Amino acid sequence: MIQAIAFYLFATVTIASAALTISSRNPVHSVLWLILAFFNAAGLMVLAGAEFIAMLLIIVYVGAVAVLFLFVVMMLDIDVAEMRAGFVRYLPLGLALAVALLAEIVIGIGAYGAGGIELAARTAPAAQPVPNIQALGNLLYTRYLFIFEVAGLVLLVAMIGAIVLTYRKRGGVRPQSIPRQNARRPEDATRNVNQPIGVGVEL
Amino acid sequence: MDYATNLLLTLPELVLSIGAIILMLVSAWGGQGSTRAVSWTSVAIVGGALIALAGPASGGGVAFEGLFRADAFAAFAKVLIYVAAAIAIVMAPGFFERTSGDDLRPEYPVLVLLSAAGAGIMVSAGDLLTLYVGLELQSLASYVLATFMRRDARSAEAGLKYFILGALASGILLYGISIVYGFSGTTLFEGIAAAYAVPSAELSKGLLFGLVFVFAGIAFKLAAVPFHMWTPDVYEGAPTPVTALFATAQKVAAVALGVRVAIEAMGPALFQWRQIVIFAALASIVLGAVAAIGQQNIKRLLAYSSINNVGFALIGLAAGTPEGVSAVLTYMAIYIAMTMGSFLVVLQMRDHDGTPVESIASLSGMSRTRPALAAALAIFMLSLAGIPPLFGFWSKFVVFDAAVQAGLLPLAAIGIALSTIGAYYYLRIVKTMYFDEPAGSFPPVTSRIEGGLIAASAVFLFPVGWFLIVPLGAWSLTAARSLF
Repeated sequence: MIQAIAFYLFATVTIASAALTISSRNPVHSVLWLILAFFNAAGLMVLAGAEFIAMLLIIVYVGAVAVLFLFVVMMLDIDVAEMRAGFVRYLPLGLALAVALLAEIVIGIGAYGAGGIELAARTAPAAQPVPNIQALGNLLYTRYLFIFEVAGLVLLVAMIGAIVLTYRKRGGVRPQSIPRQNARRPEDATRNVNQPIGVGVEL
Repeated sequence: MDYATNLLLTLPELVLSIGAIILMLVSAWGGQGSTRAVSWTSVAIVGGALIALAGPASGGGVAFEGLFRADAFAAFAKVLIYVAAAIAIVMAPGFFERTSGDDLRPEYPVLVLLSAAGAGIMVSAGDLLTLYVGLELQSLASYVLATFMRRDARSAEAGLKYFILGALASGILLYGISIVYGFSGTTLFEGIAAAYAVPSAELSKGLLFGLVFVFAGIAFKLAAVPFHMWTPDVYEGAPTPVTALFATAQKVAAVALGVRVAIEAMGPALFQWRQIVIFAALASIVLGAVAAIGQQNIKRLLAYSSINNVGFALIGLAAGTPEGVSAVLTYMAIYIAMTMGSFLVVLQMRDHDGTPVESIASLSGMSRTRPALAAALAIFMLSLAGIPPLFGFWSKFVVFDAAVQAGLLPLAAIGIALSTIGAYYYLRIVKTMYFDEPAGSFPPVTSRIEGGLIAASAVFLFPVGWFLIVPLGAWSLTAARSLF
């Protein structure tokens, strides 16, 4: 019973926040809704018995991608003062959201403790005693090794592409030359002078 | 089968990707000065991949437990892809020398190699995952190549448009893949075919949805109507050698991928996807022909021509028989000769100070100023129009023949009728060259290689091709049989 409740809760919130992601007018809010959607998707993954993917969703999508989005969005020209003005007004809504998230966590953990829902038969065929990561690694580095390698090539192309499209040689800059620095001896740069009195310094 | 035997089946891809990685290191240290050496070495690497294809890589083996198929079909498509990629590398230095924007950098041949490797993985895919990863490798390299002239606003626009729409298409395709996986429980083509092998009435809605999305994603990569919108802008803005690569290697890869998914993975659902393919085919033929009429830019015109030609190729796929697939392969082989030739001629269109020109009006009276080049372009255009003594006629004939034999007589009849619309704009170019007053002349062809390639493609289309009908037909039929 609790599994079904948790499933519908996570699923509803995922869909609702996904809808709000694309319909919200303020891009910062959009990103925040997106993060909520990711959290709930992670909850669904936990229910399906794929705890590793759930953690990955949180770490990669929420931790890196969404935060990156947030930075990009914040560089857009948005009137911050106007947004601040609504803070108190929207405080109850924010608190309600926080409570909803907390409730989800509690229910989710309860549901996890009660065992996976019926979905598990299909989506998580890994034998029970084998942890997710081990099962995934077993497949990734044996059966799917070829695809894994090609995915590496895709990333290589992305890297070459980024450099090809943005790198340009700039004139008039003085880059650091470490070999030249190391090869320089004290006598090249300094000299001992016995300075006579009353004579100007020779530079 | 141990790992080394598996790897041996992917030898052409190994040669290309390892070669590309080594050349990338060479170009990183060699800098701008190494461009020439890297270009020629990469042509040699493509040649090496072609030789590697002769070994077990075309022997019909299945590698990595079904993920990768090294059969005759993949080998046929790979030969076309590699030849087109090699020509795209060869034609680049001349083009970049003449443009005022950026110079050719050694990354160009490296990216072409990686794109060819991706295309090879695409056509050999035996699993939806391999399909997607290969497609992404090929597309990602293409996005960068389209933007290669960074200082040219049109090139940047082409790359950006291509990237955004390509990402959208990948999303659609992935959505379809995830639905198909969800309802069939496997990503292997064999397993998916088994899931589709139920009577039409019992086919689950989910599998049908997945099929539609997968076909929509592939139609985008094919530039088939209604997913063709990006093509004219991208083809116009990208540097000409890159456009030639898109119109040939990429097109062959996408068509071969579509055929493999349709026949191998979703073959039992022939009745379902045939409707999609027939619609896309007829719509592409009509739109490709009608929209091309008003074009003033030769590259845009060739973009619409490629949309039009994909329509004809899809008629062969709609037949869904080994003969139909063999007709598609023959069509693509002849199509890349015609298209590569046309782009090589476009490359020769330039002012006396060397700036490339792309307007159709500048071709006026070329028969008097540059008779040989005009004759070659006339051969390519008439051949694309499918006018009989030229080899382009044969490609259309086999496609329609396959459709008729599969009982799709109305489709073939409509296709033949629509091909006359397309003939109009191809003939208009011939008319401009032969009957209009000269508008100024182009300088002579300076590169012997480009001149030789133009002559070779023209001679292939008439008369050499006609002598090759039997071997080409036999080879493409063997390739097609390997799918069934």
